[in-house]
Amino acid sequence: MAAKDSKVVEMEEVVIRFSGDSGDGMQLTGTLFSDTAALSGNDLSTFPDFPAEIRAPQNTVAGVSGFQLHFGSSKIHTSGDLCDVLVAMNPASLKSNLKHAKKGATIITDIDNYEPKILEKAGFASNPLEDGSLGDYTLVKAPIRKLTREAVAELGLDAKTADKSKNMFALGLLFYMFNKELDHTFHFLEKKFAKKPVVIEANKLVLKAGYIFGENVEAIKSTIEVKPASIEKGKYRNITGNTATAWGLMAASEKSGRKLFLGSYPITPATEILMELSKHRNLGVKTFQAEDEIAGVTSAIGACFAGSMGVTTTSGPGLSLKSEALGLAVITELPLVVVNVQRGGPSTGLPTKSEQGDLLQALYGRNGEAPMFIMAAASPVDCFYAAFETAQIAMEHMTPSILLTDGYIGFGSELFRIPKMADFPEIKPPIAAPNSDFKPYARDPETLARQWALPGTEGLRHRIGGLEKSDVYGQVSTDPQNHERMTFLREEKVQRIANRLPEQEIFGQPEGDLLVVSWGGTRGFVRSAVERMQKAGHKVGHAHFRYIMPLPKNTRQVLSAYKKVLVCELNAGQFVKYLRMNFPDIAMSQYNKVQGQPFTVIELTEKFTQTIQEA
Amino acid sequence: MTEINNTIEKSPVKLTREDFMSDQMVKWCPGCGDHAVLAAVSKVFPEIGYKKENFVFVSGIGCSSRFPYYVNTYGFHGIHGRAAAIASGVKIANPKLSVWIVSGDGDSMAIGGNHFIHLIRRNIDVNLLLLNNRIYGLTKGQYSPTSPLGAVTKTSPYGTIEHPFNPGELVLGAQGTFYARALDVNPKLMTEIMFEAARHDGTSVVEVLQNCVIFNDGAYDEITDKTVREERTITLRAGEKMIFGAKRDKGIRLNGTSLEVVTLGENGITEDDLLVHDPYQTDPGIHLMLAKMAGPDFPVALGVIRAAKAYATYDDLMEEQIASISAKSKIHCMDDLLNSGDTWMI
Ligand SMILES: Cc1ncc(C[n+]2csc(CCOP(=O)(O)OP(=O)(O)O)c2C)c(N)n1
Ligand code: SF4
Ligand SMILES: [Mg+2]
Repeated sequence: MAAKDSKVVEMEEVVIRFSGDSGDGMQLTGTLFSDTAALSGNDLSTFPDFPAEIRAPQNTVAGVSGFQLHFGSSKIHTSGDLCDVLVAMNPASLKSNLKHAKKGATIITDIDNYEPKILEKAGFASNPLEDGSLGDYTLVKAPIRKLTREAVAELGLDAKTADKSKNMFALGLLFYMFNKELDHTFHFLEKKFAKKPVVIEANKLVLKAGYIFGENVEAIKSTIEVKPASIEKGKYRNITGNTATAWGLMAASEKSGRKLFLGSYPITPATEILMELSKHRNLGVKTFQAEDEIAGVTSAIGACFAGSMGVTTTSGPGLSLKSEALGLAVITELPLVVVNVQRGGPSTGLPTKSEQGDLLQALYGRNGEAPMFIMAAASPVDCFYAAFETAQIAMEHMTPSILLTDGYIGFGSELFRIPKMADFPEIKPPIAAPNSDFKPYARDPETLARQWALPGTEGLRHRIGGLEKSDVYGQVSTDPQNHERMTFLREEKVQRIANRLPEQEIFGQPEGDLLVVSWGGTRGFVRSAVERMQKAGHKVGHAHFRYIMPLPKNTRQVLSAYKKVLVCELNAGQFVKYLRMNFPDIAMSQYNKVQGQPFTVIELTEKFTQTIQEA
Repeated sequence: MTEINNTIEKSPVKLTREDFMSDQMVKWCPGCGDHAVLAAVSKVFPEIGYKKENFVFVSGIGCSSRFPYYVNTYGFHGIHGRAAAIASGVKIANPKLSVWIVSGDGDSMAIGGNHFIHLIRRNIDVNLLLLNNRIYGLTKGQYSPTSPLGAVTKTSPYGTIEHPFNPGELVLGAQGTFYARALDVNPKLMTEIMFEAARHDGTSVVEVLQNCVIFNDGAYDEITDKTVREERTITLRAGEKMIFGAKRDKGIRLNGTSLEVVTLGENGITEDDLLVHDPYQTDPGIHLMLAKMAGPDFPVALGVIRAAKAYATYDDLMEEQIASISAKSKIHCMDDLLNSGDTWMI
């Protein structure tokens, strides 16, 4: 296609937000654009933002589904704050997404959807396209429905079928705006609709129509060039956090030689891990969709007992249901891996939104003294490495372990530099040898891990269970001294994991005015904000924690290195409570957000500036 | 007894009951029916013939669930109600283990009811010994989901006002492929049944009517008392006519769509009129009627009521799926997976 005679503007990074009715296919549109951007060498990060209802009433704000993409020619840490381009397929999506658009942003909207009735449903008193309320933006008024139907007229499709391709129009238009190729989308369509040639043809025609519209429409004065990113050379793919978690677990299974067993019950936003793992029977993965979360975790505990790498995946309410069983895994000292993809709570809360509200539940939500290893993934790609490491530590230290991720990084995606399995360490669980002098609670002197004696092995018959057992020999024991000793041994075993953990790093100078502390899925936003502050000359550092229990050994030094400490988290202040409990003499202030939304770089930098200025 | 044929490895030497005796002190009350179950297990395990390392006991919580400590096999004493789920994980993880669940009526019918029915529905090849004393023993005498309507217990001083479960009905309702009923006071029948349970491919539920001497003593006297046992129970055996009674003069026949107790020689009734027991038939209709039989009009059915090859086991289907999908797949390791699909060089 010959490009219009418009000028090309170069930009380092761009945020596009796709929004429409939940049936409008905005998730797919966003994904296809992202893949194309990635293929052209951009670094990127994405985040879908969709309603809890599968199909809320059409054209209402409740039914709006969004997808945000942040791509650029430099390292991209987050899915971005405010967008440069907003695609709003109907008035409701404009209504609910305008707040996510920068002043001066380009808004692409389907003007065929602005009938009075639809405007009213979206809560507009007057037509925003005409009442001047969008004066601060560049409006691209596209008759998307009309042009879509025209584009497919030759195929003789009915209006309803034709309208299903409207999203391709928006996509084609964006491809024009950002000088991107259509090939990847063509290939995708050919594969996806291989059995429906008409649908392939219709979508291709509409995609092209959108592109051509871009060439001709006056409102688009220039196209935008985002150069390939100067990121580490290598082979890349796009990956969501949930898929990365699933693959990290599989990698740990491969490296340990322990078959992966997953016992799980579907729950947003963790279900994708179950769905992903269920695809990989070819690699021997056994997924068991249990009748409830309790069966999910207890079947995984049974699988651990039998010698598999037992895993259970869930989200907040499911973790609550699993608590009793987690205590069982603690007292039997089996290497159960728990993945908790956090969402807004309490109770059903905000199922599709993200929060960091389960930290204290993960740490303390069990009866008795029941310590577990806990780590938290920092980004979609980090889910791969964190899942691997959680499973590695669980098996090598014979302790149940929790990996905390959240809906934001679980659903979000990033470019993933494909690693080689040869570069990962072998995982060596302490498996008891046949006919050896096995005692259920004899421990490795260094790690305090007990041995893993697998049923079916000659000479190792033994019994474990939820009743307290005698040290070393593992007989049922109610001896008071023994119970206290076992309690401290279980605690000490988890604490000693710190011996193998890397020291906590500070991003920035070793000392300065403000140390920003964060943990888990917020790393990207906090890091971007800290970078911005540093560029502006502020002495701000960033300590992002991946290891929660135990904390890295140098945590005290890290927290004492700067004049002020500010702990930022998406809850009412759980990590800061935990740090204050551990380091009562270190002053820390806190910044919390509990809106089911990630931080924005803008609000963080404002808070940092204010904190530095405070006396 | 016939041979057991499956993939679980057999012992090269003949084992004895001593091989399964644990060194632990058995702490059930003297006279508790659980002792008889333990004795039957140590008697039948050498007959089953697997290597001793291949047996695994999994239990929940309750007096009955202490069982794993008292047999020298691999054992897992779990948490209340969850034995079925733990055992599912054990068996799916390693199908070459012979997995035995021991559970109480509270453990499997109340707190673990959900796992119980789903275990059966999936037909995972494990054996579940349901020690039904119609009471919560360990917590000292509260009524259970199998306590009869009106039962006076510590939490029902005026009698219960809830209708009990009949475990057999529940098993069949959940599409169970194996259900048997045994008496703690009849160890011979119990061992026979346990052997059949082991031989069956699929979830085998063995309900043991078990006396709790402390909190529900005599719960089954009406049928177990020597003076009436022959009259009030019927022991079903595959291929045999359904005959019972001290003088073996009574039988069960089908009258229209219902079962009926008849007396041989009365009204011209002969053995030819009686039903022949077929535990292997797929249709559970008669099995359900047999499981439901109760006094005063009917004898209580004992023995293997159902042992149908109605459908494949979950664990077999899992292994088959893994084998067939692996054979077809081009992805054989993590490196293959990581590099599959859309990738690009930068
Ligand atoms: C989560 C939980 N709730 C309650 C209990 C208390 N409890 C222990 S055993 C039991 C009932 C046992 O009855 P049953 O399963 O019939 O076994 P029995 O002792 O009669 O053999 C109860 C309520 C528990 N251990 N765990
Ligand atoms: S309380 Fe009842 S069930 Fe428990 S051990 Fe004693 S007799 Fe057996
Ligand atoms: Mg009981």
